[in-house]
Amino acid sequence: MSDNNARDPDGGERSVKLACEAVWKVFGPGAEAFLAEHGGQVGDELLASAGLIGAVRDASLDVYEGEIFVIMGLSGSGKSTLVRCMSRLIEPTAGRVVFEGQDLLAASEKEMIEIRRHRMGMVFQHFALLPHLTVLGNVAFPLEVQGVGRAAREKRALEVIELVGLQGREAYYPRELSGGQQQRVGIARSLAVEPEIWFLDEPFSALDPLIRREMQDEFLRLQNVLHKTIVFITHDFDEAIRLADRIAIMNDGRIIQIGTPEDLVVNPATDYVAEFTHDVPRAKVLTAGSVMTAVDGVASQAMADVAGRVTADTRIEALAAEVVNADKPFLVIGANGQTLGLLTREAVLAVLVGGNRVR
Amino acid sequence: MSQAATGVAPALAWRSPWLAAWALMLAATLGLWLGKDLWPWVVKYPRGWVVPLKGWIGDFMKWLINDFDLGLFTFKEFTRGIAWVLEWPQWLAKGLLAKGFKIPTGEDAFWLTPTLSWLGLVVVLSLLAYRIKDRTLALLIGFCFLYLAVFGQWDSAMITLSSIMVAVPLGVAGGLALGIQGYRSPRFERAITPVLDLMQTVPVFAYLVPILFLFGFGPVAAMIATMIYATPPMVRVTLLALKTVPEEIKEFGRMAGCSRRQMTWKVLVPAARPTLMVGVNQVIMLSLNMVIIASMIGAGGLGHDVLASLRRLAIGEGLEAGIAITLLAIALDRLSQAFAVTSPAGRHGQEGKGFVARHPYLIFALAVLLGATLLGLVVPGLRDYPEAGQVTTGPFWNDLVRWININFFDQFEAVKTFLLLNLMIPFKRFLLQMPWTAVVAIVALAGLQLGGWRLALLTACLVAFIALTGNWEKAMITVYLCGISVVFASLIGTPIGIWAARNDRVHKVVQVAIDTIQTLPSFVYLMPVVMLFRVGDFSAMIAVIAYAIPPSVRYTDHGIRKIPPALIEAARTSGCTRRQVLWKVQLPLALPEIMLGVNQTIMFALSMLVITALVGTRDLGQEVYIALTKADTGRGIVAGVCVAFIAITADRLIGAWARRRKQQLGLE
Repeated sequence: MSDNNARDPDGGERSVKLACEAVWKVFGPGAEAFLAEHGGQVGDELLASAGLIGAVRDASLDVYEGEIFVIMGLSGSGKSTLVRCMSRLIEPTAGRVVFEGQDLLAASEKEMIEIRRHRMGMVFQHFALLPHLTVLGNVAFPLEVQGVGRAAREKRALEVIELVGLQGREAYYPRELSGGQQQRVGIARSLAVEPEIWFLDEPFSALDPLIRREMQDEFLRLQNVLHKTIVFITHDFDEAIRLADRIAIMNDGRIIQIGTPEDLVVNPATDYVAEFTHDVPRAKVLTAGSVMTAVDGVASQAMADVAGRVTADTRIEALAAEVVNADKPFLVIGANGQTLGLLTREAVLAVLVGGNRVR
Repeated sequence: MSQAATGVAPALAWRSPWLAAWALMLAATLGLWLGKDLWPWVVKYPRGWVVPLKGWIGDFMKWLINDFDLGLFTFKEFTRGIAWVLEWPQWLAKGLLAKGFKIPTGEDAFWLTPTLSWLGLVVVLSLLAYRIKDRTLALLIGFCFLYLAVFGQWDSAMITLSSIMVAVPLGVAGGLALGIQGYRSPRFERAITPVLDLMQTVPVFAYLVPILFLFGFGPVAAMIATMIYATPPMVRVTLLALKTVPEEIKEFGRMAGCSRRQMTWKVLVPAARPTLMVGVNQVIMLSLNMVIIASMIGAGGLGHDVLASLRRLAIGEGLEAGIAITLLAIALDRLSQAFAVTSPAGRHGQEGKGFVARHPYLIFALAVLLGATLLGLVVPGLRDYPEAGQVTTGPFWNDLVRWININFFDQFEAVKTFLLLNLMIPFKRFLLQMPWTAVVAIVALAGLQLGGWRLALLTACLVAFIALTGNWEKAMITVYLCGISVVFASLIGTPIGIWAARNDRVHKVVQVAIDTIQTLPSFVYLMPVVMLFRVGDFSAMIAVIAYAIPPSVRYTDHGIRKIPPALIEAARTSGCTRRQVLWKVQLPLALPEIMLGVNQTIMFALSMLVITALVGTRDLGQEVYIALTKADTGRGIVAGVCVAFIAITADRLIGAWARRRKQQLGLE
């Protein structure tokens, strides 16, 4: 399972790469003054009565070094606005955006240009390739803007083009490529400057389902090699589950819940979240740890009579066949080998068969 | 736009109070007219009240030219300095194409360098066409330029071409610069928009006189007039093109860390290139449109030939020179359009080769041109097209006209008299008797209903200006001629547009036809009309109608084709016949677009009307033309601005209506 490798296994203390603190983006005349006047906390009705539109409301989140952080929401939920606030493509109305300890909102335009040139990369939904440049020209473009010489930038561009599997197409123009290939160019281009943080704004939404799937695999493969810090925007919950280390769910400009895919499925914070998780194939999300019967509920002699051992973070999907075919339960152990509980055939069957609540 | 929130339901509720207001207005107008003996001033604007604006402008102009001192030099020296700078590129182009360069070889002797060989140019241009598009275009270009040679138009055409070659790049660069500035600064955009409106609606004749004063008589002054006329669309297209670059591409540019300059030149302008090329095409076409008018202040070339023949009523010669302009226009139009769609594709794997290997066509073309020109030193037939091979159809056209006039005079005369007596003259009388106060009020009410009090105020002021400056009667004659022509043009153009929209084959034919018609310089329309109907309002009307039909066809066709196919399918599924689909779905939905076509028709009609002053109308056009011949700056400008104000009033009212209707239909 490639996606398991992309996850941080131990959930230990990790450094925060990028943090949003109470970020607001309110459209309308006098939005800033209005927010300041109300101490940065405004209800929906109050905003509406002032004729303002809150695209992002009081969003706070931390993106950890090396994780894939997915922001999931339907159209109009403010997810695209939020990701643009992170790079100040859109100027937030209030709040703080902290990137590696530096407050981006306090940075001058010149500093922002430097940060964007060297430390950020972004992939766009509709690829945003420059129609007048070849694949090579497009990928080398961010380096060209920095003033890197032709030979050096083309050498680097060729490297990234090869990384995304487009070697041989350097001299093609964007319109001569399929959608999937175009997005590979977009990905290569955003990686050319070796960004520290990588924003992907619905990168696969404009692609056909089959290609989308292929590109998701490709994306996970790349992340396996690169270990970037990633903010990934999507409206597709399945995609979020598939790719994310953690997911933030947005609705009406607010972040409703942040958690691992499993958290969301097991403990949806609101009915809104539950709506999404409802149809998720549980076996793909739940781990042995969340389905097992804990140690204290099992008689100790039962613990000895097991068919085998599994670690707590193994997905049910990966062990289902084994557990169902065995006539004894499996022992669930933690990261340090300590015994945590028992995984029974009935529990696994319940996950596989019962579409609804586990337990 | 203040009615943005007006939904369908309020619009219905609105109707009855507006109906009442209009009834009231009708009654008031009638009342004013009946009371014309009591208060003559409400009907006819008193002469004593006329603001002597034209005098003021004339005095200002005199002061500017004679007394205005910028310190180191006078204003006139400044403008003449500009003219001197602009003369150099013209001298270069003309030297190459038309006149050759004088190289002194002794005291009074000089050697005249050869001009580029006609055959060389024909070959090279065809080759260029083949390179950027296909063989059809190459043949077309070859044909157009061969015509110039065979019909003895080559020398004049090269003079015209050389001034186009200078005016177009300058116009494009200027338009691009202004457009970029407008894109960057909304305030600048707001400031130039009304200036552009005026530049596009004030008839060219009106600013010929001041240009003449400031820059002197000659090709440079003509070129400046051409640029003033041809640049505004480039500014507008640039603004539009930059605004419609996809938001994501702009965001990408910012994420890549582009500076403002990098953003403009590396991202926005290249990404907007296809649209920008539309602007370049517009500049070329308008420059060619100006060729004849520009020759009034010394451009020379084909324009001069046409004008001279028109004055002598030498129809055949004029027609040949006119066709030469048209062919030049068609050639340049198709070439620039082909440039717009071609892109540097198909060059995979050419990196690393030498310059010669990468540009075989360019090298070959230069070699042909140079070779033919040098060979021309020995073989005169290569240098100038041999006179023995020249053809003229002039006598044929003259005879044809004579024959038509002899055989069909009565029929033409009958139609002309009938329309004049039963339609044109009554309408003219009606308009002339309308109280000017009532017209101002009617326009204001229309503005209020369609766009709110701002529009009402604007249109009322524009119309009142015409009365204030003492041009009321001439303006009413303009409105009458324009109105009648527009009605006819729409009656002819709209059905053709509908037909073209519903039949793909017709669509193709019509497209080619109106594309060609639109490349004809407006003067060309005058010639056959004058030949057949002689001078007068009727001739003017026919010429205007012929000139103004294309936009009506184009917008109707486009408006109907733009309707989402799902709506048509829905109508079909509900059992509509083709006729019902047309009347109940297509036409109502396309109506806003059709009205925009009418709007364009009005604009075309007004610009043509000024030119028809040459065939003896008594409207504002004539006023402008008289001012031109008398070199009366103030009179020309004021009358020109009046024409512009009529155009702007119509444009704003129709535009407001179409916008509102589109919103109601949910089309925007």
